[in-house]
Amino acid sequence: MNLVFRLAWRNLWRHSKRTWLTTGAMIFSNVLLIFMIGLQFGMYDLMIDNTLQTLTGHVQIQAPGYKDDQKMRQSVADVAGLASSLRTELGSDRVAARGAAFALVSSEDRSYGIAVLGVEPEYEGNVSTIPGLIKEGRFVNGPDAAEIVIGAALARNLRIGLGQELTLLGSGRDGSFAAAVVTVVGIFDSGVADFDRSFAEIPLRFFQDMFYMDGAGHQVVLTATAIDDVPELQRRVAELLPAGEELVVHDWDALQPGLKQAIRADMSSAFFMYGILVILVAFSVLNTQLMSVLERTHEFGIVLALGLTPGRLGRLVLLETAIMGMLGLLIGALLGAILTAYLGVNGFAYPGMEELAAKFNLPARFFPELTLPTLLAGPLVVFGFTILSALYPALRLHRLHPVEAMRAV
Amino acid sequence: MHMFAILARLAWRNLWRNHRRTFIMLAAIVLGSWAMIFMTALMRGMVTEVIKDGISALPGHVQVHHPKYRDDPSVANLIPIPDSEMSAKFAAAGLKGWASRVRVPAVITSEYDSRGVTLLGIDPERERGLTFIDYDEIDGRFLESVDDPGIVIGRKLARTLETEIGKRIVIMSQDPDNEIADRGFRVVGLFTANVTAFEEAFVFAGKSTTQKMLRIGDRTSELFAVGDDYRNVDAVYSQVTELVDAGVEVKSWFELDAYLGTMLKVMDGFLLVWVIVIFLALSFGLVNTLVMAVFERVREIGLMLALGMKPRNILGQIIIESLMLLTIGLVIGTALAWLAVQPIKEGIDVSIVAEGMDMWGMSSVLYPELLLRDVILANVVVLVLGFFASLSPAWRAAHYEPVEAITKV
Repeated sequence: MNLVFRLAWRNLWRHSKRTWLTTGAMIFSNVLLIFMIGLQFGMYDLMIDNTLQTLTGHVQIQAPGYKDDQKMRQSVADVAGLASSLRTELGSDRVAARGAAFALVSSEDRSYGIAVLGVEPEYEGNVSTIPGLIKEGRFVNGPDAAEIVIGAALARNLRIGLGQELTLLGSGRDGSFAAAVVTVVGIFDSGVADFDRSFAEIPLRFFQDMFYMDGAGHQVVLTATAIDDVPELQRRVAELLPAGEELVVHDWDALQPGLKQAIRADMSSAFFMYGILVILVAFSVLNTQLMSVLERTHEFGIVLALGLTPGRLGRLVLLETAIMGMLGLLIGALLGAILTAYLGVNGFAYPGMEELAAKFNLPARFFPELTLPTLLAGPLVVFGFTILSALYPALRLHRLHPVEAMRAV
Repeated sequence: MHMFAILARLAWRNLWRNHRRTFIMLAAIVLGSWAMIFMTALMRGMVTEVIKDGISALPGHVQVHHPKYRDDPSVANLIPIPDSEMSAKFAAAGLKGWASRVRVPAVITSEYDSRGVTLLGIDPERERGLTFIDYDEIDGRFLESVDDPGIVIGRKLARTLETEIGKRIVIMSQDPDNEIADRGFRVVGLFTANVTAFEEAFVFAGKSTTQKMLRIGDRTSELFAVGDDYRNVDAVYSQVTELVDAGVEVKSWFELDAYLGTMLKVMDGFLLVWVIVIFLALSFGLVNTLVMAVFERVREIGLMLALGMKPRNILGQIIIESLMLLTIGLVIGTALAWLAVQPIKEGIDVSIVAEGMDMWGMSSVLYPELLLRDVILANVVVLVLGFFASLSPAWRAAHYEPVEAITKV
């Protein structure tokens, strides 16, 4: 084995330039793959987190049909009681009840139709980033205070500031007229004007009184500690639901079906590009190994005549390729890891990316992710294709006739 | 010129001396250039769809507003010029398409529920074909005139509000004095939109009907104009600017929607990066092929030099060989890309990820778009960079010492 390895190693360096060029192709694509895959998955995680953390959460309990129709009367009875019993049962604070309704909010000068969410002030911060995004004033406190927090863009459009009053007009669960006067106590700013313009939050109990909810709400929002724990959380929540009540437990994919699909659409185009890159490298290897076999026809003829089997010769060629592939893998992975780790700390920006990123709740700088899978996935596939493309030159050796081969120049 | 013919002939013959190597390299170039152009066509098509959808939602290539309207889209910020005066001017100007409309936030209420929407008071005849509404795809009927007493809402909104054609809904907004302005409408039609969010966001009523309801007399919120090509809106922009006074704001679509504007620029940059990446992956194989070709011809190159061929002719010969290889590959690759686009010209259905595409702002049918300038870009980039990549092996060949080269085994 040692002898074969040494033979293979020496054969490789007969044409050191050629070997380095072929290895260079592997290194190039490996570095690119590690960086791109790292960037991609770093982005997906951010997209998921940033989209879900603002309001949606990981899991929601709702009345059947509410997800699609969002009607007032598709409600969850005693929503605060359900949330509180779930907090006890699950031993987790990351549970909050909400009600949701549409209302016309009016200041002295302006009126807008927006969504009004009733939230539990003490728990909302555990499932949503909105309380943390308050830029002026504070979040609502007290379960039935006549207080409201609104987005910065809405405050600007309503021409209203902290301490001023807003009128809410809407219709209650029974269809009757619902109205209230609330004081603006906080203004949040998520950075996306259209999002900030679309809703406001008031305390849950106040919400229930105003919209004649009789203790009911529309969702119990839960977050898991990590996205991977969501199925487990969903299962446990489903078991803990009160018997006899018709309720459903949705996970984030059901609540935001666009998210996974957007990722899938992006992934498929990315994998097409990676595939092309890998195949091009494979062609490069095929070319090199075929050449290296063809130019050795004469010497292969001699060793065959001396009694070496074509199979062993073929393994020699494959070993040469494997060594080359290994070099490409190791150097590529090393350089790729260094580049990705550097950008993972310092971030990476592309001109114009800021506006695009904002649309998907992403920051303007990207931080590629470096994990074992993102590091090894690309290089291993490249390695696999490298070996695959050496099969043809290696198998060709079986057709070699010692005498004819020896005559070849 | 005579010399060039000889060199070209030499290069051509040399190319086919080792036909296996040439074919493998050719296959790589064909695949690379196919991937470059095919992928570019898909991406272009995707971006064009996004931009066209975006423009049909804005709508228009150029819009005119009150300077404050965009940050505060309320009834208080109407275009200061009376609509009849403006319409007369625009009608005389011979623009390809234009319309003025009332656009205000409103609340729509059925017997069961209410929602916040954008109320559009339009001139249905003027807007035909200029917005995302396809008049022939309406359930029921579309608006017939500016005085039409009916309203057309999205299919999704109708489901949420539990209303249907023939039923009444109430639209509530405010007049310039901040008094509630409301009016009952009969739903006369339901529209479907490519981007489902539009079905919940917009409702359409006649322009005069809306003006009466809002008590704004002969005034409108916006005027939009459409030119021949969204890529070049300068002509329309200057035409529109001349028709209105200085008291209004005139903006083109890429200023109105920063996401769409940057998308076009980022995509142009990204396509160049993609072409260069593919070229780099190819370049290793290309240089490798040339290095080998030169290596196995050391003796004859030495001979040619000894016989008095000038080094620059050797250089030329190698470069011509490389460019020939690239050109053949590019021609076949481009032709295959063109062929690959033909069967999917009518659109590829990607509706399995429809909601994801929605999120990227795309519809679920993808139309590839093969632009001549992209084909030229890919080909020129490959040829120019290919020229530079071949310089090093060619330079080496041209600077062999004749005696050493001839005696080399």
